[in-house]
Amino acid sequence: METVLENEIKLTSKDFATDQDVKWCPGCGDYSILKQAQTIFPELGVPKENLVFISGIGCSSRFTYYMDTYGMHSIHGRAAAIASGVKAANPDLSVWIVSGDGDSFSIGGNHFIHAMRKNFNFNYLVFNNQIYSLTKGQYSPTSEKGKVTKTTPFGSIEEPFNPSELALGAKASFVSRTLDRDPKHMQMVLKRAGEFKGTSFVEIYQNCPVFNDAAFFAFSDKETKKEEAVFLEHGKPLIFGHNDEKGIKLDGLTPVIVNIAENGLSDLWIHDEKDKTKANLLSRFFDTTFNGEDLPRPFGILYADERPVYDEGMTMQIEEIRSRKGRMPLNKILSGDNTWIIA
Amino acid sequence: MTNEVNLNNTYTEIEAESMVVRFSGDSGDGMQLTGMQFTDTAAFLGNDLSTFPDYPSEIRAPIGTVAGVSGFQVHFGSKEIYTPGDEFDVMVAMNAAALKVDLPRLKKGGVIIANISGFDKKNLGLAKYPETADPLEDLTLDNYILHKVDITKNTKECLAGTGLGTKEIERSKNMFVLGLLFWTFEKPLDHTIKFIEEKFAKKPEIADANIKTLKAGWNYGENTEIFNIRFKVTAAKQPSGVYRNITGNHATAIGLIAASDKSGLPLFLGSYPITPATDILHELSKYKANGVKTFQAEDEIAGVCSAIGASYTGQLAITTTSGPGLALKTEAIGLATMLEIPLVIVNVQRGGPSTGLPTKTEQADLLMAMHGRHGEAPLAVLAATSPSDCFSMAYEACRIAVEHMTPVILLTDGYIANGSEPWRFPIEDDLKPISVEFLGKPNGENGEILPYKRNEKLVRPWIKPGTKGLEHRIGGLEKQDITGNVSYDPLNHETMVHLRAEKINKIADYIPELKPDTGNDKAKLLVLGWGSTYGAIKTAVREAIAEGYDVANAHLRYINPFPKNLGELLKGYDKVLIPEMNSGQLLQLIRAKYLIDATGFSKVQGMPFTTTEMKAKIVELLNQ
Repeated sequence: METVLENEIKLTSKDFATDQDVKWCPGCGDYSILKQAQTIFPELGVPKENLVFISGIGCSSRFTYYMDTYGMHSIHGRAAAIASGVKAANPDLSVWIVSGDGDSFSIGGNHFIHAMRKNFNFNYLVFNNQIYSLTKGQYSPTSEKGKVTKTTPFGSIEEPFNPSELALGAKASFVSRTLDRDPKHMQMVLKRAGEFKGTSFVEIYQNCPVFNDAAFFAFSDKETKKEEAVFLEHGKPLIFGHNDEKGIKLDGLTPVIVNIAENGLSDLWIHDEKDKTKANLLSRFFDTTFNGEDLPRPFGILYADERPVYDEGMTMQIEEIRSRKGRMPLNKILSGDNTWIIA
Repeated sequence: MTNEVNLNNTYTEIEAESMVVRFSGDSGDGMQLTGMQFTDTAAFLGNDLSTFPDYPSEIRAPIGTVAGVSGFQVHFGSKEIYTPGDEFDVMVAMNAAALKVDLPRLKKGGVIIANISGFDKKNLGLAKYPETADPLEDLTLDNYILHKVDITKNTKECLAGTGLGTKEIERSKNMFVLGLLFWTFEKPLDHTIKFIEEKFAKKPEIADANIKTLKAGWNYGENTEIFNIRFKVTAAKQPSGVYRNITGNHATAIGLIAASDKSGLPLFLGSYPITPATDILHELSKYKANGVKTFQAEDEIAGVCSAIGASYTGQLAITTTSGPGLALKTEAIGLATMLEIPLVIVNVQRGGPSTGLPTKTEQADLLMAMHGRHGEAPLAVLAATSPSDCFSMAYEACRIAVEHMTPVILLTDGYIANGSEPWRFPIEDDLKPISVEFLGKPNGENGEILPYKRNEKLVRPWIKPGTKGLEHRIGGLEKQDITGNVSYDPLNHETMVHLRAEKINKIADYIPELKPDTGNDKAKLLVLGWGSTYGAIKTAVREAIAEGYDVANAHLRYINPFPKNLGELLKGYDKVLIPEMNSGQLLQLIRAKYLIDATGFSKVQGMPFTTTEMKAKIVELLNQ
């Protein structure tokens, strides 16, 4: 434990920067994510040598080269599968997956859902810019319907994934959302993810200034932010609006927007991170209208409820069987149970 | 053969040097278990043997049909046995479909034990015999010794009053067959009785029923006068030592465990179930007490990727698969080649392409193993020759992967993976050591970390995450020589392509040279094989030499790189014949590398070569 304390004191964000030139486009949201990560890592108290970043392919996945920890920039869509092996083999490592919307929800969709279900104790960051950027501008599985891109010159005819809903449907134990243009919020979410035991899914809205500029500005610009977004805090009511004048309450299982001046505060929806039913509803504050009303996009921890993690389960099962049966000597394995002698 | 009439017991005892028995029935008739029990007893009594389980890909194809026939073949003898045999001496036919499928490979004059209940109108119809035909009654089987036994009825009578349901009784009928076969071959029941008692320890009523039926089968042979022949196959003269029986997949699994034990590296298997490789995953899943981690991944790609992750942390990482799975894993294997980390990929080959013949054997993935990746991605390729050799080659695959920091593909196939043979197993101390080294401190002259600095084998250091002060990044982008940083420099790329190839070539300095297996360094003909054709080639070449032909055989277990002396060795022969269960893949490699006019001999029927066809080809070439 001494090492942990020592590191907590010593490390600064500079300790996590590498000697490699950062090569994202000017104005890319990835710079902010890198900065926030480098800022919070000293606070997590994990020795630098125990941090492992595993990334797939895409702009997001270059992240690995810029963090002075252990890291592997792997192949398209497979970061979660590789990270599963890393974590299963050595549960002592703090493993961070860095991926994008194409990497995780298209080519790596299968690994994404199984990572949520298996619940390894690792962190899964998806930089969602709703576009394929490294291949220069094609629609992604999170692009909105009607999106005009190089491969959809007449507009996309596909429904996008709703990542939070997908993660909850796949049994995620930690589902969160933050955005590149809100550094403090992102630091809070990343820290919570790092502290959570289980697969922590963090969706980060990330601006691609070249191929999908301003896709999320409504959630960060002063003029619109408070109308379009609701920031969740555990145990606090859901309040939004320019002057915090609006609240959300539940009529049965239907969210209703109320004017606080008329309604008062007492029956507003209180955010409970462990309430899966409410989390499911929150995740649908995306493209579902309730009684004809659009609801603000939730940011923060939508859901967090710890349950047994895969890597610990694997270790515990091995230890339990070993203590019950004892390690089998190699010579016994080689001979098996039925042998005969030829003189 | 010696014939001797036993006056006390009205039967003739025939002594044979070797016999082939085929158990054939419906998929649900328990023929695999029956065959394995017969095999275990034969092995225990000192026969040398080789087995061939031959079953359909459907778990329960429609009952009674030709598609549902499941066979188990065992060749056992008092001499050395290298193949499961071309033709059978004795066959059990549990139903009409089984007879229809397997009769063509019964020797003329061979013995048929037919279960009468499996030959009623319904079964004959299901097996698509013409309406008027009745093989047990008409003259179809005149050239054979036919024993008609109502196995179903006898089993029912034997178990009447035990309180067991029809289903359980029906399931016991294979034990009647086994008992009868043990009588026929003068083999004791005790080994199987012990097996039944252990298997059904928690269900004593089932154990009792099985044992009762087994004994009833034996007594049927002893008491009815229908059976007037018994066969005696005495023990083989095998090298002295302690033996066990083993299948190829089982041997592969414990080869991997042995390598883990000897190297001190924890074993990690990332795998996805696929026929005929799944038994390796089954087997390794049992060794949790030894710390073996098995990860049943969500797909083939996750299987290999999780293994890459585990290898990255410093464990002995394996993925097991068959052809379609290897195809899915290729991109990730390319990553492992770029990362230069140890990884063992076991490909238990089956008939392809596509779903192909999942339960049948083939050697058609050799060129995929050699070249099936994008870019120039050389890796080591090994092949096992027999069920027990799967142990040695799995061990070697691990040794090469770890000592040379490379992915290694081990090729076995459905034939040796499911087949079994007696194995004089090694003890721990006999096994070659595996040396492992992890970098503990910066390896640059000025204290820098150089992940791609190579040693005299051209091997880079293995660096475990968690090692303080060695934090660094690796990945699939081209690496700068020595530093491992991302590099797009044209000349550096060329250097790295050459270095990766040269590293694999250097493995040739650490593997044995090739020697003729049978025959001399110089002869008119060399039969050059690889993988599971070993038994058929060796047997055919031995017979040909005994008949005066000038022939030898050599068998490749290391295919990439080839043994260093292969080119020299080939020069000692006028002709080279390369038999393969594909359309000539090793043939292409040998011709391309050594520029010799080798002759191919190809068989792609999902079935192994027979000794007869192998010998005929050898004789044909030598008589040209």
